[in-house]
Amino acid sequence: MPGEIGLEEVRRLLDEDYGQLVEVLPEREYQEEHLPGAISLSLKTLTDETAAVLDRSRPVIVYCWDDG
Amino acid sequence: MSPRAAWRLETLGFERVHDFVGGKLEWLVAGLPTEGTGPHHAVAGEVVMPATFVCGLGTLSGVVRSKLRAGSDSVCAVTNEEKIVLGRVRWRDLPDADDVPVEDFMQPGPATVRTIEQLGPLVGRMQETGVKTILVTDAKGRLLGMLHRGDAERLLNERP
Repeated sequence: MPGEIGLEEVRRLLDEDYGQLVEVLPEREYQEEHLPGAISLSLKTLTDETAAVLDRSRPVIVYCWDDG
Repeated sequence: MSPRAAWRLETLGFERVHDFVGGKLEWLVAGLPTEGTGPHHAVAGEVVMPATFVCGLGTLSGVVRSKLRAGSDSVCAVTNEEKIVLGRVRWRDLPDADDVPVEDFMQPGPATVRTIEQLGPLVGRMQETGVKTILVTDAKGRLLGMLHRGDAERLLNERP
């Protein structure tokens, strides 16, 4: 079950555990502004093939705009 | 959206998946750097203030009068037990009597905005219509706080 985390834990995972940020908003929104180092994988395009860019041994942190 | 993506990744076999609940908005509000081509729009969530007083349908006018800051622009949200916005009460809507339930004098179904609303166009609309405060909710209509036009104007002046 994916865990819900806050900003502090996100930063810890990025700093200490090679966390990978994944923005799931539409590509245009990603292009305009995204978190540093994040990759874009929109929900509609999320498949085994597109997710292959991620390292399975490292934490994956997905985000959108907010929790709404 | 991100919870569904997190679950999707788990079904694809990823074992260390986390959902950043606050998302891009919390990152921006914290003043952390971002990347991208821009434009970097200021959004409503960056200036949301907690609602200091919220009332229910049965709250009496005398209670509202004692809790709400006096002033023609003063506003409070009316919510149910689930924090869903049902209406709003302006100071000038208060009846003279102290024993009238809010349900009888509130404005039902007030305009609300989401945290991701772009601030520039929103402030423009608020200026045109003379609105000084608007309620901010999540996607389900739960109250998150209030947006005061003055705060938004200040942010836009600093970071258009």
